[in-house]
Amino acid sequence: MKFLAGEFDVAVIGAGHAGIEAGLASARLGCKTGVFTINMDAVGNCPCNPSIGGTAKGHLVREIDALGGEMGKAADECFLQSRMLNRGKGPAVHSLRAQIDRRAYSTRMKHTLELQEGLELRQAEICDLERTDDGEWLLTTRLEAQYKAKAVILATGTYLGGKIYVGDVSYESGPDGMFPSKYLPDALEKLGMIIRRFKTGTPARVLKSSIDFTDLEEQSGDDPIVPFSYDTDEPGENKVKCYVSWTNERTKKVILDNIGRSPMYSGKIEGIGPRYCPSIEDKIVRFSDKPRHQLFIEPCGLDTEEMYIQGMSSSLPEDVQLEFYHTIKGLEHCTVMRPAYAIEYFCADPIQMNRTLEFRDLPGLYGAGQFNGSSGYEEAAAQGLIAGVNAALKILGKEPLMLDRASSYIGTLIDDLVTKGCNDPYRMMTSRSEYRLILRQDNADTRLTPTGRKIGLITDARWEKFTKKQERISAEMERIKTTTLSPTNELNSILREKNTSEVTTGIRLIDLLKRPELDYACLAPVDTSRTETDNNVLEQVEIEVKYDGYIKRQLMIIEQVRKLETKLLPVDIDYSTIDGLRLEAREKLGRVRPDNIGQASRISGVSPADISVLIIYLSTLKNKSKGEDV
Amino acid sequence: MEHTIAAISTPNGQGGMGVIRISGETALETADKIFSSISGKRVTEMKGYTASFGQIKDGEEIIDDAVVLVFKAPHSYTGEDVAEISCHGGMYITKRVLRAVLNNGAVPAQAGEFTKRAFLNGKMGLTEAESVMDIISAGGQQSARAALSSLKGRLHNRIDNVKEELLSLAAHLSAWADYPEDEIPEIDDTRLLDGLSKCRSELSNLLKTYDAGKVMREGVDTVIAGRPNVGKSTLMNLLSGCERSIVTNIPGTTRDIIEETVMLGDVPLRLSDTAGIRSTDDPVESIGVQRAKERLLSAGLIFAVFDASMPLSDDDMELLELLHNAPAVAIINKSDLENKIDVDYIKGKVPHTVMISAKTGDGADILAYEVGEIVGTSSLDASQGILATERQYSDAKAALKSVEEAIAVLKAGITYDAVTVVIEEAINSLLELTGERVTEAVVDKVFSHFCVGK
Repeated sequence: MKFLAGEFDVAVIGAGHAGIEAGLASARLGCKTGVFTINMDAVGNCPCNPSIGGTAKGHLVREIDALGGEMGKAADECFLQSRMLNRGKGPAVHSLRAQIDRRAYSTRMKHTLELQEGLELRQAEICDLERTDDGEWLLTTRLEAQYKAKAVILATGTYLGGKIYVGDVSYESGPDGMFPSKYLPDALEKLGMIIRRFKTGTPARVLKSSIDFTDLEEQSGDDPIVPFSYDTDEPGENKVKCYVSWTNERTKKVILDNIGRSPMYSGKIEGIGPRYCPSIEDKIVRFSDKPRHQLFIEPCGLDTEEMYIQGMSSSLPEDVQLEFYHTIKGLEHCTVMRPAYAIEYFCADPIQMNRTLEFRDLPGLYGAGQFNGSSGYEEAAAQGLIAGVNAALKILGKEPLMLDRASSYIGTLIDDLVTKGCNDPYRMMTSRSEYRLILRQDNADTRLTPTGRKIGLITDARWEKFTKKQERISAEMERIKTTTLSPTNELNSILREKNTSEVTTGIRLIDLLKRPELDYACLAPVDTSRTETDNNVLEQVEIEVKYDGYIKRQLMIIEQVRKLETKLLPVDIDYSTIDGLRLEAREKLGRVRPDNIGQASRISGVSPADISVLIIYLSTLKNKSKGEDV
Repeated sequence: MEHTIAAISTPNGQGGMGVIRISGETALETADKIFSSISGKRVTEMKGYTASFGQIKDGEEIIDDAVVLVFKAPHSYTGEDVAEISCHGGMYITKRVLRAVLNNGAVPAQAGEFTKRAFLNGKMGLTEAESVMDIISAGGQQSARAALSSLKGRLHNRIDNVKEELLSLAAHLSAWADYPEDEIPEIDDTRLLDGLSKCRSELSNLLKTYDAGKVMREGVDTVIAGRPNVGKSTLMNLLSGCERSIVTNIPGTTRDIIEETVMLGDVPLRLSDTAGIRSTDDPVESIGVQRAKERLLSAGLIFAVFDASMPLSDDDMELLELLHNAPAVAIINKSDLENKIDVDYIKGKVPHTVMISAKTGDGADILAYEVGEIVGTSSLDASQGILATERQYSDAKAALKSVEEAIAVLKAGITYDAVTVVIEEAINSLLELTGERVTEAVVDKVFSHFCVGK
C-alpha cells in the first residue's frame, strides 16, 4: 500500500559520482535533501577503472574542488598512486590522475553523505515519478513508499534500464551485479521525456597472484605528489605500482576468429558505444593494421587482490575472453575473477535541458551524469554539482548558476551537451575547449572559487586561504616586474647554459621568465630577492608570464563571445514564425532553444546570417515592449 | 567589441566616383592609417560632418587621391563612427582602396550589415526591421548557395587540402595531449614544420591566384613608356584597334595621359599612353614627362617601347634603369625596319623582351604571352580553383598569418599546447566559409585516426 514516507526540497535518484555531488551541494546550501540508491553498498562505486582524473578529467576534478565539491578531497584521501600526466607538453594539458582504492573511496563517500547535515541517504529503487497538482514531484519506491520533493535530480548512471551483454548471454542488470532500475524508464517516457539507449563496457578483473609480473614494465607514481584538492596540504605517498603489457598477433587472431560472437557485431546491442573508449574487439577491427595494443594492469585497492585490465574491455563470450586474456604476456595463466561485460542503459537527450541542467519542459526536474549522455566519473560529478546547486538555488529563490565555456571545462561540458547534444557517450578532452590556455588545472581556483564562495559552498577558512594565495600571486607578479637583474657573469653563464642570448644591460626578471628556455628553478641562484616558496604560486606566475601573448589573445576572443552570451533569448520564442530565418535554423533553434545568442551561434546548422536575424528580432522585441510600456 | 566593417558602397562597375564606407569603433583609426591629408590633419582629429582631401596609401604605395568624410557616433548612418572615402570610380581603384582598408584593421561587411547596425543602434524604425532581416537572409542564402556551389568546386578542394593537413596536425597534437598513455606516434618539430610549411606555400599560392584572378576580372593598370616617337601611340592603337592617340612623327605630340581598356589574350589591360620620357626645356612638356615617370612607378604593368631602327639613346638607357625589378615588357618596335638596336643589352635589363611591329601587328601574340607570364595569368589554371571574393581572400590570408605564426611559435621553442591553439586559429579561418566548428572537427579526426581510449 502506498504511503507518504517523507518530504524533501530536493530528491536525488542515484548515489554515484553525480548523485553524491548533487546531494551534498543541495544539502550544504540548506535544502532538505534525500539521496536514493538501489544498493547502499554501491554509493560512490567505481564499476569501471579504479582511478580518478586523467587528461581534461583532472581539470574537471580541480574545478569541482574549486567550486566546493567533494570529489577531489575524497580522491586525495583514497589514492594509491598519483601522476601528473603530460608534463613537458605545456601547462594547458597538464592533467592529474590518481589510482584510487575503490572500496575505500566508496566507503569515504558513503560516510560523508551519512554525516552531512540536512541529507538523508536511503536504499530504495524509485519506480515512479509523477508531477503533483501543486507543481511538485512525487516519487514512489518499489516498496510503495512515497516521497514528495520540490526538485528531483536524475543521476541514474547505467542502472536505468540496464542490460548486460556477454557474448550470446544478456540479462537485465545494473553495473557490478546490482539490480537495474527497471520501472523508471516508463515513468520518464510518460512525462514526455525523450530517452534513448547508450552502451559502455568494462574489462575483466583478474587475481593478482595469478599474474606473472616478471617481464612487465612497471609504472610508478610522481614524487612529490600534487593533490587534487586545494584543501589538501599533506598529499601523502604512492602505495602501489601499475604495470604495462601488450596484446599480440595471437590475441588478434582469437578475437577475429570469434568476432561473430560479439553482440556488437551480431547486432544484438543497439545502444551507441563511446568512440573514445572502444572495446578491444573494436580496436582490433577498426585499426587492423596495428600489430599490438597497449594495456595497463592496475590494482583495485589495498585490501583486495583484484587487478583491473585497462584497455581490454569486451563483450565477447566468457570462453573467448579467457582465451584472449591468456595470450597476453604476464596474463598467460591469469584467473579472471570478474569477466568483462558491455552494459546498455537508458539516458536522456541532453538538448532537452537548459544550462542549469533542468529540463525545460519539466520544471524542477534535473539530470546529471551518464543520464545526460556523458561518460566518466568526473564528468558525472561535475554535472551533479551543477544540478544540485541549481536545484537548491531555485528553491531558495536565487539566481541560477550557469558557467560559460570561457570559465571552465565544466561550462564547456554542459554547453556541449545541452547545445549540440551527443551521439555517443561524451568524454571530456582538452581539445574540446577553445580556451584551453586559460582553462588550466593550475588556476581552477582563481577561475572558480569566487563563484563557489558566492553560491555558498566555500567555507570561511577555505576562502581565507584562497585570498591569501591570490595576494601572493599578485605580489610575486609585481616583484618580477620591478626586479632588475644585472648582467653579471653568473647570470650570463646560466643563460649560456640554457642556450639563450646573454645580456649586456640590466634585465627585468619578468623578461627573463618570458623566455621559453628559462624558468624559476634555473634562475634561483641569481634571483636573490625571491621570498615566495609556494610552488603553486610560482607555477601560476610563470605560466601567466610565459603564455601572456596567447592568454591575452584568448581573453580577447572570450570578451567578444561573452558579449553574445549576454543577449538573452526569451524561452517562449517561436522560431517558426521569425521571417528571415532559414528553415533548418528554425528547426534546430526550436529543438535546442538556446538561452542566448552565443549559445545559438554554436548550434550546427545555424548560420551567421541566422544569428544576425535573431539579433534584430531580439531588438524588435525590446522596442515593442518599450512601446507597450509607454 | 564588434568588428569594424568596411565595404564599397557604390554600385560595382564603372562610375565617376566610388565610396568605401568604414563603420565601427576603430573606423577612424583605420581610415587614418591609409589616408594622409593635404592639410596634415589626421582623420582621428577630424570633427563629425567634416571632409578632408588627400591621398590614399597602402604602405608606401599611393593608390588614389580621395576625400574622406567623417561621421561621429551616434550621428551617422550606422550610429557608429563612420569614415567614408570618396575616390575615383571603377572596380580597380575602389577594390584597391577597400583592400587597403581591410589590410588596416577592418573586416569585410556582411550582406546588410551596415543596415543591421543602423537598426541595432536605433537609427531606424520598427517597420524597417523586417525588410532588413529579408536583406540579410537573402544575402545569407546567396552566400550559402555560393558556398554550396563552390563546395564542389576546385577552390574548395584546394582549401580542403590545406584544412585537412592542418586538421591532421591538430588532431595528432590533440591525441598526443589527450591520450598520453595510448600509443600515439611521436610528433616532433620536423613533422610539424613540414606540414605547416606545406600549408604556408599552398596558402601563399592560393593568395597569388587572387591577384591573378583579379587581374583577369578587373584588368591590370598598364603604362606605355618610352622616349618620344618610338611608336607608343601606334602600339596603343594596334592594341585598341582604333586611333586614340594623335600619331605624328613630331616628338612630344602626346602630352596628356590617354586611357583605354583593351584585351590582350586573357588579360584586360587598362592602357595609358604617356608623354615620352626625355629631357626637355618645354615647360608644358616637362610636366607631362614628370607625370609619366610617376605613373610608371605606380603601374601594374609597363610596356617600355624602343625603336629597333635606332641605337639606344641616353633616354632609352634612363628608362631601362627605371625598369629594374619592375613588372615590365621591353617592346622593341619597328621590327619591320633594319635592326640597329642592342637587343642583348635590353634583354640583360628586362627579361621579358619582345620584337614587334606595331604597324604590321607582327609579334603581338608574343607580347600577349609575355604579359601573361608577368601578371601571373599564364601559370594560373582557373580550373584548379582560385580565390574569387574579398571574403575568401581575407579568410585565406588570416589562415596564412596563423600558419606563419605557428611556425614562429614552434621555432621559438614554445610548448605544443600553444602551437595547437594557433593551428586551430588557422583552421577556424578556413572553416569560416563552411560553418564547421574547429573543436568538433579536431575531436572527430582524433577518433577516426587514432586508436585511443581505455
